[in-house]
Amino acid sequence: MTLESILFYILSAVAIASALLVVTRRSPVISALYLILNFFCLAGLYLTLHAQFIAVIQIIVYAGAIMVLFVFVIMLLNLGDERKLSEGMSYKKVIAVGLAAALLTELIYIIETSWIVLPASTVSQGTDIGTVEYIGLQLFTGYLFPFEVTSILLLVAIVGAIVLAKRKY
Amino acid sequence: MLRNYLPIIMMMAVAALFGVVMGKINEFIGPKRPSEEKQSTYESGMEPIRTARERFSVKFYMVAMLFIVFDIEVVFLYPWAVSYKHLGVAGFATMFVFIAILLIGYFYVWKKGALEWD
Amino acid sequence: MNLYYTDLITNSPLLTLTATGLLLILIESTKSTRTRLTFGVGIVGLAVTGVLACFHLTPEQSTFNGMMNAGGYGSYFTIIFVLAAILTFLLSRSYLERMGNNKGEYYILIVFATVGMMLMASANDLIIVFLGIELMSICLYILVGFFRVKDRSNESSIKYFLLGAFATGFLLYGIALVYGTSGSTNLTVIARSFPTVSSNTMFIIGVALMVVAFSFKVAAVPFHMWAPDVYEGAPTPVTGFMATGAKAAAFAVFVVVFDRTLGFSGGKLNLVIAMIAAASMILGNVLAIAQTNVKRMLAYSSIAHAGYMLSGVAAANTEGQSGVLFYLIAYLFMNLGAFGIVGIMEGEDEKNLSIDDYAGLSTQRPVLAMLMAVFMFSLAGVPPFGGFFGKYYVFLAAVKANMTWLAVVGVLTSLVSAYYYLRLVVLMYFRDGKADVPMKPSFAAMVAVCVSALLILQLGLYPSAVVQLVQSFH
Repeated sequence: MTLESILFYILSAVAIASALLVVTRRSPVISALYLILNFFCLAGLYLTLHAQFIAVIQIIVYAGAIMVLFVFVIMLLNLGDERKLSEGMSYKKVIAVGLAAALLTELIYIIETSWIVLPASTVSQGTDIGTVEYIGLQLFTGYLFPFEVTSILLLVAIVGAIVLAKRKY
Repeated sequence: MLRNYLPIIMMMAVAALFGVVMGKINEFIGPKRPSEEKQSTYESGMEPIRTARERFSVKFYMVAMLFIVFDIEVVFLYPWAVSYKHLGVAGFATMFVFIAILLIGYFYVWKKGALEWD
Repeated sequence: MNLYYTDLITNSPLLTLTATGLLLILIESTKSTRTRLTFGVGIVGLAVTGVLACFHLTPEQSTFNGMMNAGGYGSYFTIIFVLAAILTFLLSRSYLERMGNNKGEYYILIVFATVGMMLMASANDLIIVFLGIELMSICLYILVGFFRVKDRSNESSIKYFLLGAFATGFLLYGIALVYGTSGSTNLTVIARSFPTVSSNTMFIIGVALMVVAFSFKVAAVPFHMWAPDVYEGAPTPVTGFMATGAKAAAFAVFVVVFDRTLGFSGGKLNLVIAMIAAASMILGNVLAIAQTNVKRMLAYSSIAHAGYMLSGVAAANTEGQSGVLFYLIAYLFMNLGAFGIVGIMEGEDEKNLSIDDYAGLSTQRPVLAMLMAVFMFSLAGVPPFGGFFGKYYVFLAAVKANMTWLAVVGVLTSLVSAYYYLRLVVLMYFRDGKADVPMKPSFAAMVAVCVSALLILQLGLYPSAVVQLVQSFH
């Protein structure tokens, strides 16, 4: 087993465990903290996949900015005693868990059995694929149009934030 | 490939070690003259011990939301700056359009008074 | 290096509307109290976009490095979206004033939602499909919750947002699996590698997950749960816009992405879509009977109509494609017209929304009652209105694709649907009641509903013009 695969298994295990803790903890603040752990594990996984830039962005944007928003929203709602929100076991919950488990099993089975090796020409190989230079060149030549569309998306998000949250606008 | 990260890991280890060592040295050789005022917890002049579950104003949400939007903009600037030499005038024009569109958003936010805290 | 001047010209409808949206934001920044200018500039921008799209009904061209298909289908859908947006503009103004929330941001969001729809319809890359869906959806989440002080508006917004975000997750997972197997997000490349990867289970699951996401967007059973609540809580013109424009955009992706790129040649997926279609037709129509709220009734009716249109998609032949395209434009006018009248009738605090509130409308407001009757007859599929030919074409396509059972289900459920559509007509004409509008309907809103009714008649009497246009895309 190489160092990379050892790292992969450790990071994946921690990621799955922290994700489970996110949904099972009663207190939303503790859930949010486990979510940060999960984000860091994902960043580590991106590193093992040669995606350095994405890994750093994962930490800056998700573990940084988005978590700030999460915590603000938790404080904004100020649920107080979160236990009041928790529901008992209902038949809906049982069905939902069953269906989710079925979907998970299916996906694992499929990815295990029908993994195909892509022809080398379709995907660029090498370790430079995740570097900032490579992403910059791709983003501003081939993927220029989606990049510009992103600015419109961000603009709409700004307008939406004002419409929904500003007292008078 | 992971060998490439060795300098970074060493750097992080040295930084962590440096922090711990400096703190410990201070603890051992620094002079200690405790008084009641000094021993109390300092929290920027606020009452240090009370419930942390106070309801935040929705204004914080506005600020956080706008921060994320402009944070993502900066994320896009970074790869652009790195590969700027290869992109030339066309690259400059594309980033100009991107920034101009978000500048309209900034102007909007500004005029709507979302940057003011009232 | 990569400045595509010709691409800018061929994509001029999209760029015009985007520029209009940006201009509206600038106007809204400087003038905060009056919305008349925002409204006017928005209408002009939409109209110019529509005219430009009419000039671009030429064969498709690949633009922006293969990211977008300019012209052809995209232009046809652009015309649908722009018409939906213009009618929504006209219906909204007096409605928003009556509800005391006439803000310019409303029109900005409608314009940008339209831009998102156009991206979806012209996309030739899954990344653009995703960005278009997100742009449209974010605008709609906000528009649904536009009445911030109303609990119901907030509730439906959060419901729509949570479920929509979930659907986006499915879409992204599907795109990831398709990318993982075919090595590209570009639809042309995927179509080329389709023969080799189509038997791969991972690819099929990827496509299936994408079908889930788009079925959610068209509100097809079993992904329809959100529709009644969201349609009921949203401002009525927004509901009309969602039920026509957003639905048309999702169908654009169904037709353009699935039918043409993937060809559905595997056959299994056709059957899945056919089953979704049958379930939507049955459940939508049966549950609509039980509704007492007009908006909820129309929501279930829109689920059923998604089923009719999906049977054209499931047929996966050229008749099916042109049938769906025809159906969408007929559905646009009849459904937006119906929601327009509901909006005119609606009073403050959700008054006048029950079906019984329409009793005796014909004596008080004969014109409105007549228009509503036209929309109801067309939705029920009674000739000679546009809705009849829409159904005729999609069912014919299903028969040709050896799915006669689907056409039979469609015809039978149409008979069921006649009950609740005609019940409203009976109430308006043959029951005594004091149904009336809360305020004199505005000129703009009356223009919108009258034009819709006239165009439905036009489509019903001369369907061949649109059909020929649609067939010329093949």
